[in-house]
Amino acid sequence: MPTESTAPPSPAAPDRSGATDAAAARARVAAARAQHWARTQRLTAVLLGLWLATWFGTVFFARDLAHLSVFGWPLSFYLAAQGSSLIYLAIIGVYAWRMRVLDRRFARMLAEAA
Amino acid sequence: MSGTNADSKRYFRRLSRYYLWFTACLALFLVALGILEREGMPRQWIGHLYMFGTIVLYATIGVVARTSNVSEYYVAGRRVPALFNGMATAADWISAASFISLAGTLYLHGFDALAYVMGWTGGYCLVALLIAPYLRKFAQYTIPDFLAARYAGDGGNGNGRGTGRGTAVRAMAVGATIVVSFTYVVAQIYAVGLIASRFTGVDFSVGIFLGLASILVCSFLGGMRAITWTQVAQYIIILVAFLIPTMWLSAKFAGNPVPQVAYGSVLPKLAQREAQLARDPRELEVRAAFRARADAYAARLQGLPRSWEAGKVEAQRRLDVARSRNAPLGEIRNAERELLSYPRSADEAAHLWTAERAANLARAQPPEPHADPFPGKTPEESDIRRNNFLALVFCLMFGTAALPHILMRAYTTPSVHETRVSVFWTLFFILLIYLTMPALAVLAKYDIYTSLVGTDFSKLPTWVSYWANVDKANPLISIVDVNGDGIVQLAEIAIDGDVLTLATPEIGGLPYVISGLVAAGGLAAALSTADGLLLAISNALSHDVYFKIVDPGASTQKRVTISKLLLLAVAFIAAYVASQKPADILSLVGAAFSLAGSTLFPALVAGVFWKRANHQGAIAGMIGGFLVCLYYMLHTNPILGGSADAAWFHIAPISAGVFGVPAGLAVLVVVSLLTPPPSRASVGLVEHIRAPE
Repeated sequence: MPTESTAPPSPAAPDRSGATDAAAARARVAAARAQHWARTQRLTAVLLGLWLATWFGTVFFARDLAHLSVFGWPLSFYLAAQGSSLIYLAIIGVYAWRMRVLDRRFARMLAEAA
Repeated sequence: MSGTNADSKRYFRRLSRYYLWFTACLALFLVALGILEREGMPRQWIGHLYMFGTIVLYATIGVVARTSNVSEYYVAGRRVPALFNGMATAADWISAASFISLAGTLYLHGFDALAYVMGWTGGYCLVALLIAPYLRKFAQYTIPDFLAARYAGDGGNGNGRGTGRGTAVRAMAVGATIVVSFTYVVAQIYAVGLIASRFTGVDFSVGIFLGLASILVCSFLGGMRAITWTQVAQYIIILVAFLIPTMWLSAKFAGNPVPQVAYGSVLPKLAQREAQLARDPRELEVRAAFRARADAYAARLQGLPRSWEAGKVEAQRRLDVARSRNAPLGEIRNAERELLSYPRSADEAAHLWTAERAANLARAQPPEPHADPFPGKTPEESDIRRNNFLALVFCLMFGTAALPHILMRAYTTPSVHETRVSVFWTLFFILLIYLTMPALAVLAKYDIYTSLVGTDFSKLPTWVSYWANVDKANPLISIVDVNGDGIVQLAEIAIDGDVLTLATPEIGGLPYVISGLVAAGGLAAALSTADGLLLAISNALSHDVYFKIVDPGASTQKRVTISKLLLLAVAFIAAYVASQKPADILSLVGAAFSLAGSTLFPALVAGVFWKRANHQGAIAGMIGGFLVCLYYMLHTNPILGGSADAAWFHIAPISAGVFGVPAGLAVLVVVSLLTPPPSRASVGLVEHIRAPE
């Protein structure tokens, strides 16, 4: 269900008569929104994939990773007790940062369109 | 724009100043109490001072932050900076169970218990990526608000108000909110009573109502605004209370005050000690004694019902003998007690003896290596444990992402961006505690395995005798010389997980002031979570049921008043239920996660990410997920009358959500596709919440 932004961006927008400029501007806004949403979806999918790999991989392969050791911890114990939680934190941090970048890019596109 | 920016910066700085002052005062208070203790102030007084001091503090914040403005009452005026919102959410999240019991669970179950750490933190990825920012963009007041507006149905006008079909979704979401939050809040209030009675010696129910008073002053007067600022203070207390003793213990045993780093060096030593204890001849002796007891119960179970009659006659005879030979009073009392507690029927005996047999068998097992993932006698057994671990992590994560009192917090920040950042801070502040828990478990375990095991019974440390006598009905720790050699063996120690966090200061040899601080931390954890849950329930009732369904024309003044009255009512019902000590409800708290995930998660996420999801699909998905989850629990949980043999793929009943969530999602998709697409208004709403600010 990627880009499908055909509905008017804001239903409350006043309809000026005979304004092709307004229609074009609205189309540009719609395009900017569609692009923003597509990028948001891609970012979300990538980060969710990382999240899934983190917890599922840690648990599923825990017995195989138990023989490796990092600073005294068996690797599987470390990942389950600290590592995966720190990766979650990084995922959320990267999401907040990248979304801010995407939001700013969108604001710039709107400014150019106006 | 720059004006509001400067305003919000100034606001943030002012808040930071207040809480820095608060932290400094807390430190002064601790130092003062420490001096007083040294001057000979009795323990009881210290306990009372902590209990009343903190309750007065929370009440004061409540009074200062009182409000009857709708936006302030429901969503704290939507101006809580991300950092503070994160702290408040963390306090909301860290319940009495995670503060008091999690370290003990990690101590008792080793690697298996890490499922809680992984699951409870991983859920925030789902909150941050899939739900919270979109709820903030939606900018209403409750979770049912969002579901009702999104799934308003064909006749809907987009704002979900007054349409019959939006109301159905709203009512179901309210029901789910109440079912999930109520069991949870009962457990918190129960914990308040337990902590108060253990530390100050007041009666359990008095403790409950004291705690209730502080919850009420706070949320009753100021709603979300007051509980937010109280929760920030409570988080600071929780953090200090948890870190001081753990850092001390870490410096003492590992020579490094950062426990998260230090315990890596203790783990191999612990593993060595475990291996040693597993084949120690004295340990084997004690374990053999427990096995013999289990076998004796097995023999009696085989001989039912005649063994029950024989046992009864025997108990009566012992009492008669004791009386006839004028034995000491204590002996006669013991014999009387034995006769009184003897099972009243053969059925009861079968029940009791099966439990006793299982308990003795469990104590006959050698200690499981702490850091080994999924030990098992056969590969199948090991696989079953791994699958259960995966299922539990899954349920805790999806449950976390659907808990109304956590999601509600997404509405309180100034912007969508701040909401995203606030989830980051939430997880950060939770991790400060959660990453320390496994460290505390390992450090305490190492201390108990090396210094407590092997001591003489005449030289037990004082914390053991103190905590053994605190709760007579369910001793938190009991050590009995089973093989009569006068030396403590590991198998002779029976420990309740709760004691670990509570006794940490004493294990580390810290003064009682720190023990009191830990109790205050536990109290703060329970109260902060209870605050959030009560507000979630009463908002669902007042905003969603009263205002949106019963009387949409109510004035704002009336809405807030009704909300406060409902809060009062819900709080008293919850306190009453908790004062009955309902063992069944308490054991079901874990189930709340599965229920929340199965019922609410599919509808919430499909509401944002799938435009085709419609009214019928949402209703069917919520019902489907709920029913599958409930069916599995009833079917497999012995407390609810099920049987463990009926489990699918050997998955434990607590992880029912592993079937419920996919079922709910599948039903939602199938029913949505079979019914007409949603109205233009619903699609417009989805476009709106997806669009950047």
